[in-house]
Amino acid sequence: MTESQETDMGEDRLSIPTETRLPTSRIRRMWGGLQVLFASRTAMVGLCIVLFWVFVALFAPLLTPYTPLEQDWKAPNEGPSTRHILGTDELGRDLWSRLIYGARVVLVILPISETAWIPGGTAVWGVLVALMAGIFLGLVGGYYGGWLDEVVMRALDAMMAVPIILLFLIIMAALGQSAVNVVIAMTIVGTPGIARLVRSLTLDIKTREYIRSAETRGESAWYIMFVEILPNARGPIIVDAMLRVGYAIFAMGTLGFLGLGLPPPSPDWGSMVAKGREFILAGSPWAALWPSVAIGTLVVGLNLFADGLREESMRYQ
Amino acid sequence: MNDSSGIAPGAPVIEIENLGIAYETRKGDVQAVRNINFSVHEGETMGLVGESGCGKSTIAFGIVNFLGPNGKITEGSVRFQGNELVGRSEAELKRLRGDRIAMVYQDPMQALNPSVRLGEQLTEVLTFHTDLSEHEARERCVEMLKRVYMPDPGDVMRRYPHQISGGQQQRVVIAMAMLNNPALLIMDEPTTALDVTVEAAVLDLIEDLKNDFKTANIFITHNLGVVARVSDRMCVMYAGEMVERGSVREIFQRPCHPYTRGLLASVPKLGESKLESILTPIRGRVPPPADRPKDACIFAPRCDYATEECTAAKPRLEEIEEDHVARCIYARHIDTRPRTARRRLPGDAVTGHEDSPGGERILGIDHLKVYYPQESQSIASLFGLGEKKFVKAVDDVSLRLERGRTLGVVGESGCGKSTLVKGLIGLEPVTDGSLEFMGIDVDDTVSDRETRLIREMQMVFQNPDSTLNPSYPVGKQIARPIKRFKTVPKKKVKDEVLRLLRAVRLSAAYYDRLPRQLSGGEKQRVGIARALASRPDLILCDEPVSALDVSVQAAVINLLLEIQQTFGSSMIFIAHDLSVVRFFSDDIAVMYLGQIVEIGPADAIYEPPYHPYTEALLSAVPIPDPEAVQKELRLSGNVPSALNPPSGCRFHTRCPRRAQFLPDGGKICETETPPWQSTEKGHRILCHIPLKDLAEIEPVVHTTAAA
Repeated sequence: MTESQETDMGEDRLSIPTETRLPTSRIRRMWGGLQVLFASRTAMVGLCIVLFWVFVALFAPLLTPYTPLEQDWKAPNEGPSTRHILGTDELGRDLWSRLIYGARVVLVILPISETAWIPGGTAVWGVLVALMAGIFLGLVGGYYGGWLDEVVMRALDAMMAVPIILLFLIIMAALGQSAVNVVIAMTIVGTPGIARLVRSLTLDIKTREYIRSAETRGESAWYIMFVEILPNARGPIIVDAMLRVGYAIFAMGTLGFLGLGLPPPSPDWGSMVAKGREFILAGSPWAALWPSVAIGTLVVGLNLFADGLREESMRYQ
Repeated sequence: MNDSSGIAPGAPVIEIENLGIAYETRKGDVQAVRNINFSVHEGETMGLVGESGCGKSTIAFGIVNFLGPNGKITEGSVRFQGNELVGRSEAELKRLRGDRIAMVYQDPMQALNPSVRLGEQLTEVLTFHTDLSEHEARERCVEMLKRVYMPDPGDVMRRYPHQISGGQQQRVVIAMAMLNNPALLIMDEPTTALDVTVEAAVLDLIEDLKNDFKTANIFITHNLGVVARVSDRMCVMYAGEMVERGSVREIFQRPCHPYTRGLLASVPKLGESKLESILTPIRGRVPPPADRPKDACIFAPRCDYATEECTAAKPRLEEIEEDHVARCIYARHIDTRPRTARRRLPGDAVTGHEDSPGGERILGIDHLKVYYPQESQSIASLFGLGEKKFVKAVDDVSLRLERGRTLGVVGESGCGKSTLVKGLIGLEPVTDGSLEFMGIDVDDTVSDRETRLIREMQMVFQNPDSTLNPSYPVGKQIARPIKRFKTVPKKKVKDEVLRLLRAVRLSAAYYDRLPRQLSGGEKQRVGIARALASRPDLILCDEPVSALDVSVQAAVINLLLEIQQTFGSSMIFIAHDLSVVRFFSDDIAVMYLGQIVEIGPADAIYEPPYHPYTEALLSAVPIPDPEAVQKELRLSGNVPSALNPPSGCRFHTRCPRRAQFLPDGGKICETETPPWQSTEKGHRILCHIPLKDLAEIEPVVHTTAAA
């Protein structure tokens, strides 16, 4: 692609140093981005943990002979064995099956009704919808400024003033138990934080000269917000979204534990801990232990991934 | 290799021999600086010049081994007052820094701690390094502040850094550096962040202090004018190597290294214009440290004199005269050597539009005002009852621009140059006055203007790093205005982009590049191409070259000139560099505090009669010629607040001439707005002082090489 080129006035030959011959095609640029990722050990460890859970969730039906609801009356509250590798709960249900089917709801599918579901986990959808709302509000508030910004941000501030867990409880109590309602609750809780982040990024980016240049071309405000500003804010937004998926999994666990998550008997990590906790002192901690470990590793994994990504992208700049 | 010059008597204060510095990176060590040899004597200033990325600052930090965790000195020695500094412990160096060796940095706001009072910061230097009591230390500090001409030093001691101006901050930093009477003072671009008028005063101060304290100075700058003014000897740095060293006079008169010659040819001298001279840029760019050849001349790829021998071996320092060395095998007879690479000279056609006076008027501004509302802090204003205040950024400006001509706008920062341009293009709402562009009133903001008008007025921005959107490749960014204004049919957009890239002398390979893969000059070219994409009649350039290195700056100026010829566009060119503005413009407007104080043809502005403000600006410009004799006319104080501009003549608070020429010490200036006076040369001056008095003022600059 790059031969010798004219760079200066009246200039006929110039050898560009090899280092500036960077890949230009889209794929190679993405490959460069991935290499940045591989360079960070933190991000790689995080990514491996997350990918493990995504993998078991995706292929859950192939990885276990039992369904999560199948009860083995002969073996309630058992420890790990060859038949049930992680043990069983008080109704004799296989913990491994319940665990990986539980991961499915978190990361891979969003059940809309008894039978129908759409791809993308409950936690993922919760963050995605919150992102869309937050990005929209943040961009509008940050770019327009003035009274519009004032109204939007004060309203969001008011929402942030309510303790998160309380907000969750209120919303879930009002809407009732279902995966879709968990997504709605997570959207309402997550939007203000994302909007704040996007607004502060917008305030910075809108002072750049390429925004002035777009304005002098008479571009519309929508074009400037979504085409000129948003792509340059994506780095911090992606990192923040990673962290937020972690929080969302946490929130799902909490809701399930309090009995406000997915309706029973669906395999929900939070409600598994809530049920299992009664038997810890009775000598079978397994039912409470595994979902706790699952939530813990997944959240830690996402945090490591986000941290590594942030560190590496900062160095990259 | 090592020479000990016979200029100053005694042993040198600092002697640097064969110094090499490297930074550890993930890809291994990167040699940033190598083969540095120089020494500085008592009471002498050594200037280090070169483009950015040439290792000037690295040397400064290397001397005190302040290179950060990944920097290290790989070879050579640094002897300070006879003692070796390389390999000393951190504790010993800490005693030296701030005591025997002091440093002054570019940005005073970052050198001073914003949350500590200046007095405490100053006294700490003394109490840390000496046994002085708090009280004695304070007195010494006040004295030193007086010495750097700080008004009201006792009061300054109690203030915080943000409460004094940038120029005053730099004075405090210099005072802090001088407190322990250091033997060596290292200054890293100390005036780069300051306005010309303030810069001139700080440079005077540095000169003064050097004579009084007999300090050895190392002065780092990229500005050839500044180095000519303050230094006795200089080193020219290129890509981490010293390519030429000698006395300032000698080097400016007889530059022997092709790079030095290139640098000197790429800056316009004050008073030169595009009509009679051309700038010759250095092609290419400084190679990154990892790509520098070890056994060849480092400058050869960009050199006009390069032959095969240049890449055969690393050239040694050739001695041309006593204390004048250059790292070039042809240094001794460079004057007579034929150039191996010819440049295409863009000069001849530049004179084109001189003989088209009285052309069609493209832009007319009458009594233009751009005010920014300022929220007052009182409770009453919270309820909308307070008095509305305005920052009068542009106040009553009138001017005309004819098709194909260039209007230069100069003035200190904060005088409203940028706001004027923003008002024109519709980024800021106009408060009052009329604005006529191509015969149509355009006093509304850009969102209310017709697309037809928008495309005729485009802008080139200052900062190459933020002028392009980092997320999109170059081609896409140039294509956007073409698509938007439908300058060409859809199918031909890509061809048009490539044509524009060619027009700004970039090859088609740049089409897919991202902005971060481009150098500053290249980014600026893309910015120009983007502005040209809609084929505008008027291009507004807001300091398009001030963030670029001199060699690149020349290329961009030439490019703009060429574009103006081919496209016949008119331009408004803002810059704070008076030499560049003079070179580039047909007409010039001098702005002060939101008003134009002098306007007219470029050559008339730079000769008497001057407006006193223009005179002061001109006498502050650093001229890259040590032989030039320049009047010392310094402005006192700062630009007053535009919130509450002085009554009468706005310049009266700082005017050095009114007491001299007007009765009553110029009482009239304080009360009455001055009249416009027109001269025969066709320029107008806003001043009470009669023209004939102003005309008798001596010209500001005498150069030996008078045009």
